[in-house]
Amino acid sequence: MIDVIGMARRGGRELVAHIDFPLLLITLAIMAVGLATVHSATIGGNPRAMAQATNMGVALLVMWFVSRLPPQKLMRFAIPLYVFGVLLLVAVFLFGIKVNGARRWLDLGVTRIQPAEIMKIAMPLMLAWYFHKYEATLRARHFIIAALLLAIPFAMIAKQPDLGTALLVGSAGFYVLFFAGLPWKVMIGLGAVTAGAAPFLWTMLHDYQRKRILTLIDPTTDPRGSGYHIIQSTIAIGSGGPVGKGYLNGTQTHLEFIPEKHTDFIFAVYSEEWGLLGNALLVFLYTLLIGRGMMIASAAPTMFTRLLAGAITLGFFTYAFINMGMVSGILPVVGVPLPFMSYGGTALVTLFTGIGILMSIHTHRMLVKR
Amino acid sequence: MGDFHNPEGDLSRFRFRLGIAVVLVLAAFGLLLGRFVWLQVIQHEFYQTRAEDNRIALIPIVPNRGVITDRNGVVLARNYSAFTLEITPSQVGNLEATIDGLAEVIDIQAKDRKRFKRLLDEAKNFESIPIRTRLTDAEVAKFAAQRYRFAGVEVKARLFRQYPLGNVGSHAIGYIGRITERDLKWIEEVGQQVNYKGTDHIGKTGLEQHYEFELHGGTGYEEVEIDAGGRALRSLKRIPPVSGNNLQLTLDIKLQEITEQAFGDRKGSLVAIDPTTGGILALVSTPTYDPNLFVDGITPDNWKELNDHPDRPMINRAINGAYPPGSTFKPFMALAALEMGKRTPSQSISDPGYYNFGNHTFRDDKKGGHGSVDMYKSIVHSCDTYYYMLANDMGIDNIARFMGSLGLGQRTGIDLGKDDSGESKGVLPSQEWKRQRFKKPEQQKWYAGETISIGIGQGYNAYTPIQLALATAVVANNGVMFRPHLVNQIIDARSGEKRPVEPQPIRDLKLKQQNVDVIRRAMVGVNKEGTGTRAFAGAPYESAGKTGTAQVFSLKGAEYKHSAVKKELRDHALFIAFAPADKPKIALAVLVENGGFGAQSAAPIARMVLDYYLLGKLPAGAAKEDPVAVEEDNEE
Repeated sequence: MIDVIGMARRGGRELVAHIDFPLLLITLAIMAVGLATVHSATIGGNPRAMAQATNMGVALLVMWFVSRLPPQKLMRFAIPLYVFGVLLLVAVFLFGIKVNGARRWLDLGVTRIQPAEIMKIAMPLMLAWYFHKYEATLRARHFIIAALLLAIPFAMIAKQPDLGTALLVGSAGFYVLFFAGLPWKVMIGLGAVTAGAAPFLWTMLHDYQRKRILTLIDPTTDPRGSGYHIIQSTIAIGSGGPVGKGYLNGTQTHLEFIPEKHTDFIFAVYSEEWGLLGNALLVFLYTLLIGRGMMIASAAPTMFTRLLAGAITLGFFTYAFINMGMVSGILPVVGVPLPFMSYGGTALVTLFTGIGILMSIHTHRMLVKR
Repeated sequence: MGDFHNPEGDLSRFRFRLGIAVVLVLAAFGLLLGRFVWLQVIQHEFYQTRAEDNRIALIPIVPNRGVITDRNGVVLARNYSAFTLEITPSQVGNLEATIDGLAEVIDIQAKDRKRFKRLLDEAKNFESIPIRTRLTDAEVAKFAAQRYRFAGVEVKARLFRQYPLGNVGSHAIGYIGRITERDLKWIEEVGQQVNYKGTDHIGKTGLEQHYEFELHGGTGYEEVEIDAGGRALRSLKRIPPVSGNNLQLTLDIKLQEITEQAFGDRKGSLVAIDPTTGGILALVSTPTYDPNLFVDGITPDNWKELNDHPDRPMINRAINGAYPPGSTFKPFMALAALEMGKRTPSQSISDPGYYNFGNHTFRDDKKGGHGSVDMYKSIVHSCDTYYYMLANDMGIDNIARFMGSLGLGQRTGIDLGKDDSGESKGVLPSQEWKRQRFKKPEQQKWYAGETISIGIGQGYNAYTPIQLALATAVVANNGVMFRPHLVNQIIDARSGEKRPVEPQPIRDLKLKQQNVDVIRRAMVGVNKEGTGTRAFAGAPYESAGKTGTAQVFSLKGAEYKHSAVKKELRDHALFIAFAPADKPKIALAVLVENGGFGAQSAAPIARMVLDYYLLGKLPAGAAKEDPVAVEEDNEE
């Protein structure tokens, strides 16, 4: 008799062989919260929960697929993906379509894509590969070349202008440099130079960007204009109180006072309905996610996997921190979605590509060592 | 940097840096949690309130304005409900297109668009603004059939102010108009901002302005849940408005109407007072205007016509026109002389027809003089020489003191306008007045020669008709002065509770009864055997009066000939009267601008008023000028 059950079992085991269950469970938990919040945010108008569930399914498939690629294969993607990404950015620069004054999109006829999104993965991949390649002969010039590899796409994205994505891409690259051993004195020096150049950088910013920073300092200067978002989201969070107004009961949400409530400002919706208790739970989940990522990075066997895992994990942190900081009024408004919570397929696919990479690194570590 | 390629060193450094990253992550999340605690625990109440403010709008419900009736309950100002077509701009995308669309359904004219634009500029936040007022039932039905095409447009029932008698009594009643920047300041001064949210009309003049805060009432509120777009979702609570109080006047609107008709197309004023209470029975200023023109915002054409009209209909002559009293001043002079002991009733002078003072000759109107003149005769025949002498004997400051006590040259405090600053003071000449009036030292000095013509009500003398009426009422009431007022009682619209305006005695002059009786007898004589005889021929009641003629134009010695002088330079005609003489129920002063002799044009009006008020007799048309009096009566 053919061992059907045994085959099925082995096949099943094989299917999930590269899934890291702690990571999966944590992301599923955050996504469940996110799905419920998207439902609350869009129930009165244009319901998006089903669409978001579909996005999640697609993203999980991508994660599953990526997790099965061994790191050696991932390394082979590093240069092509990076070059492809930069070329797309050039294409955006030349043929991109303008939406709301920013040139961020490429129109492919069937769909529009935002090439900067690719750089969120391509950047740490490229730099991790680069440091891995020169691991044995690492010199200062390697850091300089890496910094250039970082600076070019960063400048192109910032020029679109899309400061939020530029910061995410730039920080992902910087984390690789940081973990690769960028000397402290260089970082301190860079910090000092940046601070010194702040007045000059200020003049480089677009008017609306400067306004966002000014409204952060005092949102009431322009309560109907650029300060409106911060004021309304802060009111939503504050009025939520310790335990929230209850699911589907947020007045700021359901009376349309919160802008972009199912995307960038979804945290205000969640926070209004679930209060401080809900916020603490969400921050705890993100901490678990980052903690698991750190463990994976710490256990990673090669320079490439270590740097990549570390950078991707800190990337998740950066997304979450910038988004919650902006919605609660301690950081300027930049277009950064809340990871695994905000509505949107592209962002989810990117995020789960990152999760897939982490899983791949972790589940392939023994194979590498062997 | 020499140890870059030490794999063991690399790994331990990587783990060290990972540790630092963990610390930074925890610190950053700690910062976020701190921020959440601040917002959601420490500042929770503040943000809770902000969220409630966001979602709840208080929509004011404007109260019904109080109704104004005359002493007999005739309605002078009321509200009527009419349908208006209103647009809420915040709910309409393209205003122009919407209005164009509406114009296809309902008649909308250029002036409607103009008014809408003006109101839009003045508008506060979420209110709807009328594009058409006073829709007919057919128009309402037409719009209702098409309303699905017009989001943000609706038919509303609004209350409009209406003055059913139009021109009659307009200077007393006043009118309301849209609230302006200046009105807002007034509202703030009296701390009524909250109560005026939603109100867009306010009293602009007359009683409507003086009793604004009685008439307005208490604004009600509806608490409505709104979304960020300002759309009302549901009503949470309703506090009904409290209607404004009604005013019942002392004014007899029929008397008012008859008097206004008596003036015909002549300019002038009449004020009739109940001397025992100070209640105003009629307050006329002609020409009048139609206050209904102002309610919806007066059109520029109408405003120009009213404002630029040579007869100045917008001026309330009763309280803002200051005129020399002419010979109507004489009874008051005589009373002053008796009270001060400067004359006795029987003391006579000899009148040669003129009076010399210094090297100036003051002429009497009657050539050759009146002969021997005592006080009685001086009033009945209006002898100037008697008063030239008397003025000289009394001196300007004694005259001023007594006339001031009668209320001349002072605001009477009548309940018209915002406060009494709307009332003119007139001129009560005295040494002190002259010092303050003029700047140059040689002009500031009072010359004794100037006192002489003061005695016959000329010179610097200038009083408003209401002051003359009040002074007459004081004499009629034996020296007790009541504050003139138009409102008899204020009536609570809901409970019907009445708050009477108590007669307020301002002062008692403590006149000697025998002195008042002398003046009264002489004034009765005026209407029986003197200058008022023709006007009061056949009157079945005993009345007291005095004619007066005030020079508008100095003839410089030439003889005044009525028909030869251009109309606007003709003398003003005056008449003061009270009746019945023994127990006066009404005291009045009449002024006809450029009317010539008082007996000729002013006295017949007074006769009509007294006939109606005492006998209920209705006249036929305007008072006729007495052509005979023009020729005969040159004794004033």
